Amino acid sequence: MTDETLKSIDKATTELLEKAKKDEIGTVFSRAEQIKPCPVGLEESCCKICAMGPCRLPRTKKALQKERVGVCGATIDTIVARNFARRVAAGVASHSDHAREVAETFIKTARGESQGFSIKDEIKLMEVALDFGVEIENKEVKEIALDLGGRVLEEFGRQNGELRYVRKAPLKRQEIWKKFGVIPRGIDREVVEIMHRTHMGVDQDYHHILLQTTRCALADGWGGSMISTDLQDIMFGTPVPVLGSINLGVLKDDEVNVIVHGHEPLLPELLVVASKDPEIKALTEKVNAKGVNLAGMCCSANEVLMRHGIPCAGNFLQQELALVTGAVELMTVDVQCEMQGLQSVAECFHTRLITTSDRAKIEGATHIEFHPEHGFDTAKKILKLAIENYPNRRHEVYIPEYSQDIVAGFSHETINYLLGGLFRASYRPLNDNIINGRIRGVAGVVGCNNVRTIHDSGHITMIKELVKNDVLVLTTGCAAMACGKAGLLVPEAASKYAGSGLAEVCETVGIPPVLHMGSCVDNSRILIAATAMVKEGGLGDDIGDLPVAGAAPEWMSEKALAIGQYFVASGVYTVFGTTWPTMGSDRVTEHLFEEYEDMFKGMWAFEPDPVEGAKLMVSHIEKKRKALGIDKSRERVLFDMAMRRAIE
Amino acid sequence: MSKIIASAAIRGAHKIYNKTEERYKDALERFGPDQEVGFPNTAYYLPIIYAITGIGIKRIGDMRKVLDICKRLIPPPVREISSLPYLAPALDAGMATFFAEEILEAIKYLETPDFYAANSEDLTESSNWLGAANDVIFRKRGVEFVDGTAPGFAAIVGAAPDSKTAAKIALELQEKNLYVFMCGENDGKRISEQLAETGVQIGWPTRLVPFGPDIYQAVFAIGFACRVAMAFGGIRPGDFRRNLIYNKDRTYAFVLALGNVTDEWYANAAGAINWGFPTIADTPIPQVLPTGICTYEHVVSNIPHHQIVQKAVEVRGLKVHVARVPIPVSYGPAFEGERVRGEDIYLEMGGGRTIAVEWTITKKMEEVEDGRVEVIGPNIDQFHVGSQAHFALVAEVAGRNFQEDFEPILERQNHHLINQAQGIMHIGQRDIAWIRISKQAVEKGFKLQHIGKIIHAKYHQDFGAIFDKVQVKIYTDEEKVREILEAARSSYRQRDQRIEGMTDENVSTFYSCTLCQSFAPSHVCIVSPERTGLCGAYNWLDCRAAYEINPQGPNQPIQKGECLNEQYGQFKGCNEYVRNASRQKIESVSLYSLLVDPMTTCGCCECIAAILPVANGIMTVDRDFTDMTPCGMKFTTLAGAVGGGVQNPGFLGHSKYNITQKKFLKAEGGLLRIVWMPRRLKEEIWERLSKRGEELGIQNLPDMIADETSARTEEEVIAYIAEKNHPCISMDPMI
Repeated sequence: MTDETLKSIDKATTELLEKAKKDEIGTVFSRAEQIKPCPVGLEESCCKICAMGPCRLPRTKKALQKERVGVCGATIDTIVARNFARRVAAGVASHSDHAREVAETFIKTARGESQGFSIKDEIKLMEVALDFGVEIENKEVKEIALDLGGRVLEEFGRQNGELRYVRKAPLKRQEIWKKFGVIPRGIDREVVEIMHRTHMGVDQDYHHILLQTTRCALADGWGGSMISTDLQDIMFGTPVPVLGSINLGVLKDDEVNVIVHGHEPLLPELLVVASKDPEIKALTEKVNAKGVNLAGMCCSANEVLMRHGIPCAGNFLQQELALVTGAVELMTVDVQCEMQGLQSVAECFHTRLITTSDRAKIEGATHIEFHPEHGFDTAKKILKLAIENYPNRRHEVYIPEYSQDIVAGFSHETINYLLGGLFRASYRPLNDNIINGRIRGVAGVVGCNNVRTIHDSGHITMIKELVKNDVLVLTTGCAAMACGKAGLLVPEAASKYAGSGLAEVCETVGIPPVLHMGSCVDNSRILIAATAMVKEGGLGDDIGDLPVAGAAPEWMSEKALAIGQYFVASGVYTVFGTTWPTMGSDRVTEHLFEEYEDMFKGMWAFEPDPVEGAKLMVSHIEKKRKALGIDKSRERVLFDMAMRRAIE
Repeated sequence: MSKIIASAAIRGAHKIYNKTEERYKDALERFGPDQEVGFPNTAYYLPIIYAITGIGIKRIGDMRKVLDICKRLIPPPVREISSLPYLAPALDAGMATFFAEEILEAIKYLETPDFYAANSEDLTESSNWLGAANDVIFRKRGVEFVDGTAPGFAAIVGAAPDSKTAAKIALELQEKNLYVFMCGENDGKRISEQLAETGVQIGWPTRLVPFGPDIYQAVFAIGFACRVAMAFGGIRPGDFRRNLIYNKDRTYAFVLALGNVTDEWYANAAGAINWGFPTIADTPIPQVLPTGICTYEHVVSNIPHHQIVQKAVEVRGLKVHVARVPIPVSYGPAFEGERVRGEDIYLEMGGGRTIAVEWTITKKMEEVEDGRVEVIGPNIDQFHVGSQAHFALVAEVAGRNFQEDFEPILERQNHHLINQAQGIMHIGQRDIAWIRISKQAVEKGFKLQHIGKIIHAKYHQDFGAIFDKVQVKIYTDEEKVREILEAARSSYRQRDQRIEGMTDENVSTFYSCTLCQSFAPSHVCIVSPERTGLCGAYNWLDCRAAYEINPQGPNQPIQKGECLNEQYGQFKGCNEYVRNASRQKIESVSLYSLLVDPMTTCGCCECIAAILPVANGIMTVDRDFTDMTPCGMKFTTLAGAVGGGVQNPGFLGHSKYNITQKKFLKAEGGLLRIVWMPRRLKEEIWERLSKRGEELGIQNLPDMIADETSARTEEEVIAYIAEKNHPCISMDPMI
């Protein structure tokens, strides 16, 4: 018998695991016990690209590296690199296809063809329009948006040249990319080219395969993901600090609970509006519910939390458990990270699972396709279904009493504002306090949950270790939600968990030591924040010079690999936990872990122990501080008139 | 604990905003929306609002939109638990506080016009408060910020625990050359009143400026900083970011909070942080130490009074060079403006009643014993209170690098060197010097040899590079004084002849002056023998000496190079230098033209010339003239057009002396183009004007030039010059 309390550090999760076990409901946790990871797959030593195989080439103690070749003669290095490339491509495709959906909706909104959407942040529209070379003078907002939308859509199918966003990176970074020929041409093209190059008998030099992998990943970070974030901000508003709450305790016994799960914020945005509609309110009263309680799950949760303060029910590994409460009338899912297991859990209760994307159906679930043209009607229809389902609750409801305050909404623009106010907004205070050592550096800790580790433990252990060492943490996705549940996303966490220097800065600004920057596509916000730090000055002239590091201690999805690869290629040292997918080849691993540092000033590392992982990050940060000459304290400079004259 | 400060600042902002809304509504009802409002004699409206938002408040009705901005800027109170970030909202609330306070003050000027001593540098019979500096005071004082004689200001809020402590703090700030702007009240006391009690002279001349009795008058200090950035930094109204960063980098100001810090004080302190001005408090309030918006810490507290000035200067990141002069009274630029009034005189020399002459001469090395000061004749203790004496001061200078040309430069320094001693007043130079020594100084032990000690110490400190030794002889014996007077006068004559003979043609080197780049980063002065610096303070010889003294300093030699245009006074070397030193803002510059590539000004020019197109002439106005001029602009508006290192054809900043130099406006036809200038300026330079006119073949030129008594508009100028048959009538059209 396994002890459910050991599977997560989150009490709400373990309580519901106990309940699931008692009720004999299968979840990802119980299935994981029955299926062990495939040892060959784990190290990616298997090639099933052609029908002459699959060739299984696991590492054995006796076998020498050169003997590990497939039927076609492909070396283990080629095989591992190809597998890695394809997984990155899948991640890039996911973010970018999300972006395409957003871009199409954006164009429909500009044309006035979408129902319920508008241009909310005109300033950001102008900024992004300028990034894309759109003429904005003497033009109507709609006209600008339409022009921008067209140009954005071109990025996907562009065949030549460079993605527009690449120019937002520090110049030095662009030079590095140029030198290695990894500036993406078009988003789709880079994905397609990986699929081609990794076909049987094409690209068979792992260095070369990994360069294309890098180019493809950059098409995500400085392409698809950035497009998603920017256009979503323009349509739904750039996030500003907001107070919310998190964990399964946000579900309400006496309200119609609707969970939005997935990644695209389009439908959730409209559900937020529709839930306040008088007709919906009236219907709610009719079924004797106190209201509609909208709650988020996974990155859809992050999106609506960041912009509306809508409560978060939980992260990836809690999706089935939310239904185990018996309190959920309806759950919508769109794309990415929704487990098929949801449907069988839903069937144990009255819960209706609704698939809403034309790209994703789940057998047994109800499909109500979302299209922006009649988005609001769809949102209302879904809410009506949920309300109608409220009287059908047939099991005793069990909602764990855990919910935690959470301050979120830290977009790049918001951080810029928070550090100086409307009139003196800049990253100067951040850079200054990094230079003077109050803050040692900045870490991006992001990524998924993985059932092969203790739920949330990797995130929280690593992040606590980092903040204790005065490292400011930026977080997104499921990692951010883990932090929220652990009480790290409130300002009070600074004095509780952070080192004295970081705590002092947090207290001054009024921020938590861990900043929630949004969903997983919003990792592009971290790139922009890093670029802003470079541009503010005093910390080198490239992201690769900054005292920063990244990590995904509980990663599981291919998107995480794409994110990691674009962070590395942008000059960030990145540590992954749980498992590492190139362990089959020493040379590929060495290339990514060591040789990439010389090439890109960023490299991968693998460390399953979160404390050790944090230590690696801190020592990398210290290495960068030394290189910048900010490892020692400096004398205060007093200025006289001659020094003032010298100011540019 | 920043949270406590932010919470209090936001509360304070709410209170001040609510009060302002009430006062606004009353004023609107009483006076109507079209009633004109504003601070006295300024082109900058309500300067903080103007600098930050670009909105010029002219009428009560204009206040509405700014109040609406305030409303948007002030955030809700900070939550106790799980608060949202508060630093930025508190800074915004601080800004809104200043906007609101400016509106409050503007309403006060309207309702009680006599509350402040308007247009006065000193307290008056009717008011102990000076209120907002008008543009004349602002420009005069602003120049000191620009040239570095005043590195910044301390805004003191509240009061010290007792008058003695107050006086000590003020003196220490004066010794550090800082201006002291005072407002607010603590426990029924105000620091300016405490200073007055102990007999300290307060007012603009001594840099101890009592703005007003409440915290709201903090806006006069911040408004001053905003105006410095607009007038000298060339920063456009509404360009808030550059204005704030300019002040952070260049105006070394800070807030000294003395006493109980109220919510309203916090709101003002939060506002000041936007400008990079930190707060240093004498009470144990929370601190904000992490850096970033200010250069160093933002709020530092619980500092004992004897350390508070030193601490403040350090927190602000200011390096002050304090002159150490071995005399028994305090010494520094802050004491320059202090007066010795009749009843305070112990000994008076010169001023028409007795002779007072100052002469600096070159001697051989072996003739000079460095540091020796001799008093020949009776000293202070031999005079009784209120006496008058004859006086001659001879500074004998020797050194390998010393040149005769440097004599007048050093000699001219005597005025402000002696005047900077506390309790000593000095006016004039050469044989028209005038010195008063106060009873207070004599009480502290001041003797005549201390004047020599000042000369010795300061010549070395400021000019050590150009001489090796100096000894000083002070005569009070009438016979000796008369001997010195004769010798000195003959020396003056020789010097004048030498200088007048110098032309731009007979030197190959001009000098740059970028002294003002600390405040006007793109402005470059070119100083040639026939074009003295536009501030009136630097001629070619001064610049040459300054370069000898400090080869890396703001005065650099420029090989004038090929003359590209004789008429305009364009030189290849000058153009190249200016392009570089203006950070590529200015491509080419004329030394003798107002229409083609005129030389820029930092904003501290003595006069501004402007074209009067219909009159076919040019007018000029000096900064003491505050009325409207015939070109339709007041001096201060004109200064706005040319200040900050901007080239604006048709306008030219210049010194008073330059008017009678031969190359003045050569391209436009020279001095004979001048058709109007203020009466007082004309009287001041009458003699030279007349002489230069005669050289040009015109008798009674001063009389032909219109002034405000004869013409206030261009039409009136035209009528006047026609009547006088002014030479410009027959000159070629300028445009």
